[in-house]
Amino acid sequence: MNAPVLDKSIQQRLAIVDCDIHPTHKSPASLAPYLSERWREHAKTFGAHVRQGLTGQLTHPRMMAAGQRVDAYPSNGGPPGSDLDLMRRQHLDPNGVQTGMLVALARGGMEEQNQEFAAELSRAVNRWQIDEWVSPEPRLKAGVVVPQEDPQTCAAEIERCAPNSAFRQVIVSPRTSEPLGRRRYWPIYEAAERAQLPIGLHPAAASGGYPSTGSGWPTYYMQEHYSFETGMQSIVASLVFEGVFERFPKLRICMIECGFTWVPAMSWRMDKQWERMRKEVPHVKRPPSEYIREHFWFATQPIEEPENPHHLSEVIDWIGWDRLVFSSDYPHWDFDDPRYTFKINLTERQRSMVFRENAQALYRL
Amino acid sequence: MARHVVAAAAEIPPGAKKLVTVKGREIGVFNVGGEYFALANRCPHAGGPMCEGRIAGLVRSSGPGNYELSRKGEFLRCPWHGWEFDIRTGQSWCDPNDMKIRQFRLAVEDGEALVKGPYVAETFQVAVEEKYIVIDL
Amino acid sequence: MKVLPGAIDCDIHPTIPETAALLPYLSEYWRDQFIIRHIDRYPFTLASYPPNSPLSCRPDWRPETGLPGSDFDGLRRQALDAFGVKYSICNVLHGSIALFNEDMGAALCAAVNDWTIDNLLDKDSRLRGSILLPTQNPDLAVKEIERLASDHRFVQVTMLAMGDALAGGRRYWPIYKAAEKHQLTVGIHAGSTFRHAPTYSGWPSYHVEDYIANGPAFENVLVSLIAEGVFQEFPGLKVVCAESGVTWLPTLLWRTNKEWRGVRAEVPWIERAPADIIRDHVRFTIQPFDLPAGDAVKLQRILEHIGSDSVLLYASDYPHWHFDGEESLPDGLPDRLMQKLLNDNALETYPRLSQQGNIPAKRLNGENLQ
Repeated sequence: MNAPVLDKSIQQRLAIVDCDIHPTHKSPASLAPYLSERWREHAKTFGAHVRQGLTGQLTHPRMMAAGQRVDAYPSNGGPPGSDLDLMRRQHLDPNGVQTGMLVALARGGMEEQNQEFAAELSRAVNRWQIDEWVSPEPRLKAGVVVPQEDPQTCAAEIERCAPNSAFRQVIVSPRTSEPLGRRRYWPIYEAAERAQLPIGLHPAAASGGYPSTGSGWPTYYMQEHYSFETGMQSIVASLVFEGVFERFPKLRICMIECGFTWVPAMSWRMDKQWERMRKEVPHVKRPPSEYIREHFWFATQPIEEPENPHHLSEVIDWIGWDRLVFSSDYPHWDFDDPRYTFKINLTERQRSMVFRENAQALYRL
Repeated sequence: MARHVVAAAAEIPPGAKKLVTVKGREIGVFNVGGEYFALANRCPHAGGPMCEGRIAGLVRSSGPGNYELSRKGEFLRCPWHGWEFDIRTGQSWCDPNDMKIRQFRLAVEDGEALVKGPYVAETFQVAVEEKYIVIDL
Repeated sequence: MKVLPGAIDCDIHPTIPETAALLPYLSEYWRDQFIIRHIDRYPFTLASYPPNSPLSCRPDWRPETGLPGSDFDGLRRQALDAFGVKYSICNVLHGSIALFNEDMGAALCAAVNDWTIDNLLDKDSRLRGSILLPTQNPDLAVKEIERLASDHRFVQVTMLAMGDALAGGRRYWPIYKAAEKHQLTVGIHAGSTFRHAPTYSGWPSYHVEDYIANGPAFENVLVSLIAEGVFQEFPGLKVVCAESGVTWLPTLLWRTNKEWRGVRAEVPWIERAPADIIRDHVRFTIQPFDLPAGDAVKLQRILEHIGSDSVLLYASDYPHWHFDGEESLPDGLPDRLMQKLLNDNALETYPRLSQQGNIPAKRLNGENLQ
């Protein structure tokens, strides 16, 4: 491993777009003002209903401080990511975040099995994002959280939020009850494409009903964390092979928190098998790698760290420097600091693209 | 190089740490079993504020299912990615040769010797009967 | 690029022509069951390889009648003679491993392995075998290993990438203990018994997606082997990823290396960089390679990224359709790699290839089983 290269020019001309910031609730009561009495009661009495064996914590406990940066705990209480002032002081200001894309994971609609509750939570989280994050802090942009197993309601929520330019994408967890390319999710894509909002795919902690690998459940967090990357690869395959991009030619997808060096190998693998098995999927009219190049963007975190840093540069050449968008994953433990993320010297152009321009183009900022 | 008085030794008992700033540099002073060490407040992996991390022991193992915790208080875990560093040497446990926190030369000096100078003590009144942590920078 | 004569082909798929062919290798009880229940009338093809799918069989290798790989003379001509191989390692992927009844699965696996001896290993001295394991029950799998280990022509034991549980799990350790003891390599082959959805988002619509899912599946298999400490527990063990794809490997090495440094306290038996452990213990057959055809530059770079000349094994994957004609090697393979890829790596990975031993006396027709 090599010593970090302090990218001084980042420090000097700070104006980056961060494509993955996680705002959290100060306490379980934070969403109460945004819920009706009926759902406030439900939340208190029954709580969340997600697909894992424990209610109070995760069945693959995280490593550092519940998966958070140790230094991101606000001094006045509340979990990391719950205090806007600390987020500003610790991240937005010093790291020159010109635009921060919020990915609200906590208690939204992505994991909740009670469909009505999921819809209610999604609406609440979307209002909470605007009221408590975007309105006081214009550098932040919200992502429409949706009850993803109920695609018609997702479409309605997308339509409700889209006129507000504070929302720049639709957030969906790839841990769904069917692979995301399947037809039942198409109403989400239709609404997103019409609203010109990309889909930001970010894995939720709880499963969509399946083990995190095709061979069953992992034992250790080391493995569970790795499965974020492998899981996303199959989503790319599903979206392409189901013909989603033939049907929705303007749809854009951002893959968040799965790294990116796997992209060329997966593209080549898909191309080869598409050639071989074309008769099974005649609706896929072009090589998969073309759809990938046109419709997918990849957030950089957690950035892979080759033993020889130069290899990273080669892989990005293969993916295309225009496909990467910087993400920090603030305030999680495997956070990438923009000053130290790349252990190679980027050209002016590359830095500009990855840290700002690509995201501005993707999200129409 | 100047000698900077950064703390009274009594302020940092065994197991404790203190973050000080010398010439604009953030440095963590650690007391491991009575010995003092000074480390830069920057993780050599990806720039994390090293000294806000947890002081921990070292987990070793003879094989799967076996966990042995030893050397308590001798390791620092970066508050971001959790990489482990030996406080005494600054070396990463996993990459002792390639990954090291910057160390600073540190001495514990009697106030009586110090008052004879030269030293820099921006925030200190040196008292002859106390001991002080002095960093060369 | 054409393979040089004398190569060792580490992955070919002869197929049992019909279930009835296994009846002589079953005990009286099982033979009776199979006939009464009509089990003998239906094939045990794994769902991972629909017999008529283009991937399952190259058109010019497809026999006039019968399942791909079931025509022994065709296999000899097309897989052995055409490439001039010194040895070919047979992976008979038989669906006995997908049965839920553990006893039936084990009995049928044993029949498959005995059929392999009679119809493959005894018939052509270039052929080497893999012991098909009834991983449904690891104890029965160990029994099968012990039963056949004295036949030096078996150089490997076979498991699928996607079975009941991730390969690193402790339930499989008796298998690894036995394999290590007998210097049998553990061959993990692409495919699934579909006990679980192939992806963490559920069941894909298309066969092509299922096949593609093998790549990520192997990544998770390797992370499992590393995280569970299999190579600490069994330092003599070698694992081959067969038909896994190759180009995803650098990402796996880089990501697990980084991950290890942060999560080491969870899995403290890992004492060195996971990438180094993998380079020492794991091998990959080159079919499919997962690289655009003719791209010699990218091949060089991928080899550089992998960082070892010792991890790749030549394979045709006959009769699966990965290449045309005799072009079984990717373009641009450096000369320095040829000898290792075609020969040396296999000899190092499969110690039993170099062993000469007595071929055990033929078994009675299943009578000494069950």
